[in-house]
Amino acid sequence: MMHSLILRASTRLLVSLILMFSVYLLIRGHNAPGGGFSAALVSGTAFFLYAVAEGADSVRQALRFDTRNLIVIGMLLALASGLTGLAAGQPFLTGLWWTLTLGHDYEIVLGTPLFFDIGVYLTVLGSILTLILALEES
Amino acid sequence: MNKTRYHYSDWILRSSALLPLFIFTYAATLVLPVMSDGPIRFDLPWVPGLDISLTFSIDGLSLLFMLIISSVGFFVTLYSVNYLHGHHHVDSFFLFLHAFMLSMLGLVTADNMMALFVFWELTTIFSYLLIGFEYEAERSRHSARQALLVTGAGGLALLAAFLLLQIITGTADISGLVGQASQLRSHPLYGAIFVLIALGAFTKSAQFPFHFWLPNAMAAPTPISAFLHSATMVKGGIYLLARFQPILGGTPAWTTTLMITGAITAVSSAVLALGQSDLKKILAYTTLTALGIMTMFLGGQATASLTAAMTFLLVHSLYKSGLFLMAGIVDHQTGTRQLENLGGLFTRMPFTACATVAACLSMAGFPLFFGFIGKEIMYKGALAETMCPQMAVSAAVLANALRTAVGGILIVRVFWGRPKPEHAAVKDASVFMWSGPVVLGGIGIVFGINPEWVGHWLITPAVRAFHMSSDHIKLEIFHGINMPLVLSILTITMGVCFYLFHRPLYLLLRGTVKRLPITTDQVYDGFISGVTGLGHLQNRLLQNGSLHRYLFIVLSTFVSLAGYTWLSRINVFPAWELPLMSIREWLLIALIMASVITVLATRILLLAICALGVIGTGLAILFLNYGAPDVALTQLLVETLTVVIVSIILLRLPALKRSEQPKQFKRLMDAILAGSAGILITSLLLAVLDVNPKHTLTAFFEQNSYLAAHGKNIVNVILVDFRSLDTLGEIIVVAAAGLAGFALIKQQRSKYK
Repeated sequence: MMHSLILRASTRLLVSLILMFSVYLLIRGHNAPGGGFSAALVSGTAFFLYAVAEGADSVRQALRFDTRNLIVIGMLLALASGLTGLAAGQPFLTGLWWTLTLGHDYEIVLGTPLFFDIGVYLTVLGSILTLILALEES
Repeated sequence: MNKTRYHYSDWILRSSALLPLFIFTYAATLVLPVMSDGPIRFDLPWVPGLDISLTFSIDGLSLLFMLIISSVGFFVTLYSVNYLHGHHHVDSFFLFLHAFMLSMLGLVTADNMMALFVFWELTTIFSYLLIGFEYEAERSRHSARQALLVTGAGGLALLAAFLLLQIITGTADISGLVGQASQLRSHPLYGAIFVLIALGAFTKSAQFPFHFWLPNAMAAPTPISAFLHSATMVKGGIYLLARFQPILGGTPAWTTTLMITGAITAVSSAVLALGQSDLKKILAYTTLTALGIMTMFLGGQATASLTAAMTFLLVHSLYKSGLFLMAGIVDHQTGTRQLENLGGLFTRMPFTACATVAACLSMAGFPLFFGFIGKEIMYKGALAETMCPQMAVSAAVLANALRTAVGGILIVRVFWGRPKPEHAAVKDASVFMWSGPVVLGGIGIVFGINPEWVGHWLITPAVRAFHMSSDHIKLEIFHGINMPLVLSILTITMGVCFYLFHRPLYLLLRGTVKRLPITTDQVYDGFISGVTGLGHLQNRLLQNGSLHRYLFIVLSTFVSLAGYTWLSRINVFPAWELPLMSIREWLLIALIMASVITVLATRILLLAICALGVIGTGLAILFLNYGAPDVALTQLLVETLTVVIVSIILLRLPALKRSEQPKQFKRLMDAILAGSAGILITSLLLAVLDVNPKHTLTAFFEQNSYLAAHGKNIVNVILVDFRSLDTLGEIIVVAAAGLAGFALIKQQRSKYK
C-alpha cells in the first residue's frame, strides 16, 4: 500500500472506468476482440490498482466476496452452462441459443456460451485476485 | 472422546439397521425363484462407450453371500451403536459401514467384470477407512495403509486379469466366460490370467504369504473386525475363486496352487493362534485358518469338496462374527482383551457367555452344532479328492484340532476360573450388543439340528451356481459309522490334547516367533521403506527447491527430447531467408532486442522486470501488426499483470550483489542451454510454417462461427463454443494454480511469523 494522495484520487476514477471497460470487453468478446479471459485480466489490474492505493483489506471489503468463492462460482457457472446442453439431450457443453425479439426489428441472441464466458471471467478473476491479494498482504 | 460434533440419538443410528434388514428380507424372498428359475439378472448401462454395464446376476452363490452380509450387517449395526456410543466420529463410522456393506453386496452380485472390479476396490477403500478409524493412533494408520497397499495391489492384479480375459474372449460378463472355459484353459495366456486372479484372491483373503495384513487389521473397532475381517470382506477372495472355478478351475495349476497355499495358511495360522494372548489376535489367526481351509477345498474338483467349502463358509461366518462381537463386549465391559487378565466372567455376563459357548462348540465341531456338519463334510470332501487326498485330510484334521483347542481356550480362560478382583463390578452389555452373538450362535444350533434344510435351500444352490454336476451332497446329522466320523473323533481327541498343553505351547511359540530371522511383516516394512527411500533420493536430485535447478532440468529435457525428435524424425528445416519488413517492424525488433540485452546485463531486478515487460509489449504490437488483435490483447494484459505480480515480489527482495552472482562456468552452461532452447523453438516455429498445414479447420470455423454459434470473433467462438471443453479444463488449471499459490504464500507467511 502506498500513501499517495494523487494515486488515491486518480484510482477512484480509474478503477470504475477500468471495470466498466472489462465488462464491455466481456460482452463484446463474441463478435470483436475481447472475451472472458482478457476481461478478467483487465478487471484484475483494476483491483490491483485499488489494492496498491487503498490496501488489500479495502479490496476485500469492496468485493464483499471471498475471492476464492469467486473461483467456485465461476467454475460452477461454466459447468452449469455445459450441463444445460446435457439436460436438453445434447452432448455436454453444446451451445444453446434463444432469440429474444424486442420491438419490431431488434433482437437479442442469448446463449449458454455467454454464461460459459462469464464463468471463465469469474474463475480467472478469482484466481488472480486470490494470488495478488495474498501477495500484497504478505 | 466425549466431544460430540453432532449429537445423534442412538435410535436414529439404530434405525439404519433397517437397510440390512430390508436387504436380508429381499434376498430371502429370492431364494425360491432363484432355485426354480435360475439366476436373476439386472442390466443397467453405465459406460456404454467402453462396453461397461452394471450387469448384476443373482444366483445361489450370490444369495448365500447376500444373506450372510445382510444378517451380520444387521447385528453389527445394532451392536456398533452401543459399542461406539459417544465417539466423536460416530457419523462417519456408520457411513463407512453401510457404504462398505453396499459395495460388498455389489461385489457378490456383479456379473460384469469391470463392475466387479470397482466394487472390489470400493470394499478395499472402505476397509482402509474403517481400519484407520482410530486414526489418532500411529498403529491404526500403519495397519490401514498396509491393508490398503496389500489388497490394493491384489486389486490391480485382478484388473489386469479381467482385461486379459476380456481381450481374449471378447466378453466382459462372467456368465459369458463360462461358455468359453475350455478355450481359456488351453490358451497360452492361461498361466498369466490364473496367477493374476490368484494374486487378487490371495491378497484379499489373506492367504500365505500375504496373510500378515489381517492380524494387523485388528486395529479396527471390533464390530468392523467381526463384519469386514471375518464374515464378509476377506471372503471376497473366496467368492472370486468360487466364481472363477468353472472358468479357470480344474487344471493341475489351479488345484495344486490353491490346495498347497490353503493348507499352508490353514495349518500355520492355526498354530500361531495358540501363540497369541490378545482375544482379537487369536480370532484373527483362526480366521486365517478358516480362509485357508476354504481356499484348499475350492482347489478340489469333487462336488463334496466344493460343498465343504461353501458349508464351511456359512459355518465360519456364523460362529466367527459371534466370537468377534463377544471379544468386543468383553473389551467394552472389562477394558482388556488379554487372556491373562480375564477369567470367571460367566456369572457376570451370562448371555455373552452362552453365545460364546455355542459359537466355540460350533468352531470345535461338536455334534448338534453346525460346525460338526461342516467338519464332516470337510472330511468327506478331502477323502473324495483325486489329487493327494492325504495332504488335504491331514491339513484339515490338524487345523480343526487346533481350532478345537482355541475354542476351549476361549471358553475356559475367559468365562471359567477365578474371577479377577478388578472385574467385580462388571455387568453384561446392553441387549443390542449381546443379541447378535446370541442369535448367531442360536442359528448355529438350529442349522446343526436341521442340516438337510440348510443344504437344500442354501448350500446346494450355491454350489450349483459354479459347479455343474448332477450328484449333490446331502448334509446330514449322522452319516453312519464311516471314515469322516473316525476322523472327527480323532480331531476332537487331538484338540483336547492341544488344549491341555496350550500353556507350554503358548510359551514355546512365543519364543520361536521371537527367534524367527525375518517375518513377512518385516519384508513388507522393508519394501515400503525402500520405496520411500527412493522417493527421498529422487526428491534430493530433482526437486531440491532451487528454481534454477528446476528450470535447468525442464529446459534440458525439452531441448534434448524435442531436438532429438526433430532432427531424427521430422527433418523439415526452415528456409533461412529474411522476409521483407517495414521500418516500423525493424524498429520494433530493435526495441525487443535492446530489452533482451538489458534483461541480461542489468543487476537491478526491477529494471529487468520492466525490460521483460517491454519485450512482451513489443511482441504484442507485432501480433497486432500481423492481424491478430485477440492474441495481442491477451498478450498485452498478461504481460502487464506479470510485471505487476513479479514486481510485488521483487520489491521485497534485496538487489543482487556481485558476490551472489553465479560462477563463470555455471553462467556459461546456462547461456548455452538458454541459447539452444531459444534456437530450437524458433526453428521449430519456422519449420511449422513450411509444413503447409491443411486449412480445412480454418474453413470450418469461418463458415460455422456466425451461422452456428452466433459469433463474429472466431477466436472467442472457438474458446467458448467449439472447443469449450478445452477451456473448461484450462480454467480448472487456472483455479488450481491460484489456490495452490495462495496456499504456498500463506504457508510461507506462517513459517516466518
